[in-house]
Amino acid sequence: MIKAILIFNNHGKPRLIRFYQYFAEDLQQQIIRETFHLVSKRDDNVCNFLEGGSLIGGSDYKLIYRHYATLYFVFCVDSSESELGILDLIQVFVETLDKCFENVCELDLIFHMDKVHYILQEVVMGGMVLETNMNEIVAQVELQNRMEKSEGGLSAAPARAVSAVKNMNLPEIPRNINIGDINIKVPSLSPF
Amino acid sequence: MPAPIRLRELIRTIRTARTQAEEREMIQKECAAIRSSFREEDNTYRCRNVAKLLYMHMLGYPAHFGQLECLKLIASQKFTDKRIGYLGAMLLLDERQDVHLLMTNCIKNDLNHSTQYVQGLALCTLGCMGSSEMCRDLAGEVEKLLKTSNSYLRKKAALCAVHVIRKVPELMEMFLPATKNLLSEKNHGVLHTSVVLLTEMCERSPDMLSHFRKLVPQLVRILKNLIMSGYSPEHDVSGISDPFLQVRILRLLRILGRSDDDSSEAMNDILAQVATNTETSKNVGNAILYETVLTIMDIKSESGLRVLAINILGRFLLNNDKNIRYVALTSLLKTVQTDHNAVQRHRSTIVDCLKDLDVSIKRRAMELSFALVNGNNIRGMMKELLYFLDSCDPEFKADCASGVFLAAEKYAPSKRWHIDTIMRVLTTAGSYVRDDSVPNLIQLITNSVEMHAYTVQRLYKALLDDISQQPLVQVSSWCIGEYGDLLVSGQCEEEEPIQDEVLDVLEGLLVSNLSTPVTRGYALTAIMKLSTRFSSVNRIKKVVSIYGSSIDVELQQRAVEYNALFKKYDHMRPALLERMPIMEKTATNGPTEIVQTNGETEPSVLDTKHPPPVTQPANQVRTLKQFWYLHSVLCCCSDPVSPWTFQLQLLSPSSNVVPALNQGTVTQVIRVLNPQKQQLRMRIKLTYTHKGSPVQDLAEVNNFPPQSWQ
Repeated sequence: MIKAILIFNNHGKPRLIRFYQYFAEDLQQQIIRETFHLVSKRDDNVCNFLEGGSLIGGSDYKLIYRHYATLYFVFCVDSSESELGILDLIQVFVETLDKCFENVCELDLIFHMDKVHYILQEVVMGGMVLETNMNEIVAQVELQNRMEKSEGGLSAAPARAVSAVKNMNLPEIPRNINIGDINIKVPSLSPF
Repeated sequence: MPAPIRLRELIRTIRTARTQAEEREMIQKECAAIRSSFREEDNTYRCRNVAKLLYMHMLGYPAHFGQLECLKLIASQKFTDKRIGYLGAMLLLDERQDVHLLMTNCIKNDLNHSTQYVQGLALCTLGCMGSSEMCRDLAGEVEKLLKTSNSYLRKKAALCAVHVIRKVPELMEMFLPATKNLLSEKNHGVLHTSVVLLTEMCERSPDMLSHFRKLVPQLVRILKNLIMSGYSPEHDVSGISDPFLQVRILRLLRILGRSDDDSSEAMNDILAQVATNTETSKNVGNAILYETVLTIMDIKSESGLRVLAINILGRFLLNNDKNIRYVALTSLLKTVQTDHNAVQRHRSTIVDCLKDLDVSIKRRAMELSFALVNGNNIRGMMKELLYFLDSCDPEFKADCASGVFLAAEKYAPSKRWHIDTIMRVLTTAGSYVRDDSVPNLIQLITNSVEMHAYTVQRLYKALLDDISQQPLVQVSSWCIGEYGDLLVSGQCEEEEPIQDEVLDVLEGLLVSNLSTPVTRGYALTAIMKLSTRFSSVNRIKKVVSIYGSSIDVELQQRAVEYNALFKKYDHMRPALLERMPIMEKTATNGPTEIVQTNGETEPSVLDTKHPPPVTQPANQVRTLKQFWYLHSVLCCCSDPVSPWTFQLQLLSPSSNVVPALNQGTVTQVIRVLNPQKQQLRMRIKLTYTHKGSPVQDLAEVNNFPPQSWQ
């Protein structure tokens, strides 16, 4: 089982935090700090497996991590997961992010934290691996995003458009537009 | 009130903060705005606000006031609201809050929603943080979805079922009928999660395990198709068809084949096929091979297959990729107990891994090396391990030192080698050895009678070089105290020190800041013992009397008692400070306690301490020689008028075990010098352990025949 998935940058700032086991808030932050501390010390040419820190729990847990440019992707797993398999899973996840965001970079994760969560939800559910086929994941995420967009998305855009129109002062529109010889009568529009 | 700012704007604003305080201020302002927006029950902007709240939660700020809002979002009709609401529920809520139960009804409705993505969201949430009550209520819905033909939902339902089973194990039976045709699915996602579900059920219940054994042929067939199917762009990862599914199936096969001959036999072929045909140039191939090896080792496979597996691991050890080496070492550690000889063949590679730069690999290699040590390779292995001990990080030194001691004890080819090895450990990693190693070492040295001179000379030299490592210093001072006469008498191979030099060294220990109180105790006792082995008794008397006013209570007590030994009980001194007899190693804590009390704190003459309880095998009574004789010494001199008119010499008892059922006796000879021809009376106090409990016996002998003392 995957106990936690942490993504943070080279300075330890969290970019995505997902725990699949309950930890109190302050403990979560402590775990993030401790994990960053352990992982950032590692040289680039050592193996990608670390025996876990003391906080996230005992002897059965390992930290499996990958370092991509400015980001660390850390999966904290127990012995029921294959270490090499998880390494591949991290690769699949990152490639999926790449497909969804088109050449993903750290800024994408910063500003679209919710979207990253949704993508992750299609890969790992309840601490277990759900789907590993990249195309499948991308297709499902795309469809859901389209549904969201049709409703106006997170920023609730149509509502804003409606309220913008609502706030327009319609009675101010001139009723008679006189441009020399042409006389156009503008119909009376009821305020809406 | 103006529309709440968008998530993006908030993130942008927070990123401009230059200090932690500035960031905190911005966030507090935004939280206040969000709170008032929540109070206004604004439906349009609620999703935006919760998204911002989740972002702030990730940064570490409290967000619990948004919990109820998440529930409102879940209840909304819009997909956008539900999506962020469920995410918020998973991140902010857990079963410890009572609020979460309010979700149950929403989830139930959503599980039956017309849109599959809403159903998916509900399954996801239930599978992540559903409590036992929620699981009980909704298990029926999950079971229904497990039978649907929609693969998107089916795979989520399978993982949700795993969570339900983990929370409420009694419900496992409920999912059994739905599993019937899970494996005939074509969709790999469903296959994958189904195998996870089956694995979970098999691991939890032996009945399920035997029930699912019949699936082995089907699993083998699926695996075969994956390997033979050729290129399939959908599931391809670096040229291998769905490695994740292959690994999962291999793991399930492992569980099914364990301790079952028939299943294991059915798997033999496919395992051999995977092991020989998988391409190893990329990580994915190695992941599959690794899983195959673990499966082969765990089931009842034939020996040819096992050898193949270990050879694969051996090849892994030579791989350039560190991850592969690490994984190989881990699995070899698991198999070294069962297939010891096969692993031995790779010993040299494993020993090379000790020199690797990677800390995780070094640790694994060290553990494995200790597991591989045996009588044949002890010398070579020990050389490597001692070299490792020299150069490794401090975090390894304690474990390595203990490992070396254990290995040396089991397989030492000669006593001299053993002592040399111990010396090497003490000098290189002396401050890292465990506390109980000092008494064990002292006992070992005592028992190697012919090595006493050699040992004390080497220890003395080590002491001259370095007095900072306490275990080394303690062992050395004890030895010098015991065998100091050998040290100066010319029995050593090299130039021997003179008595004053030795005393200088020991006194140096007493005054040095590096010595711990325990070490000082050792040093003082050693000096005292030398009073019967060296001739410079006056110097020793002076030293001992100085420490009679030491601030350290333990040191003071010792010094005072030793002083008394010089003044009033001088005639007993030789007998008391005599060389220690050979100690037999008893089970568990026996020797530790003997040595600790004998070597470190010889009880003073006037002290009637009880000896520590000694563990002993059933039906045998053991007596502790040292203490017995000390006690009897005390009790002999009991004339109130002039107690010390006798001089006693106690010889060693014939044995320290009194056999049970009157099968034998123990005799001890006591020579009495009785110049004043006083009447002999003897009071004996015997303390021993019988069947685990301490027993005390007092006896008085008054009927010595008059000829013995007249």
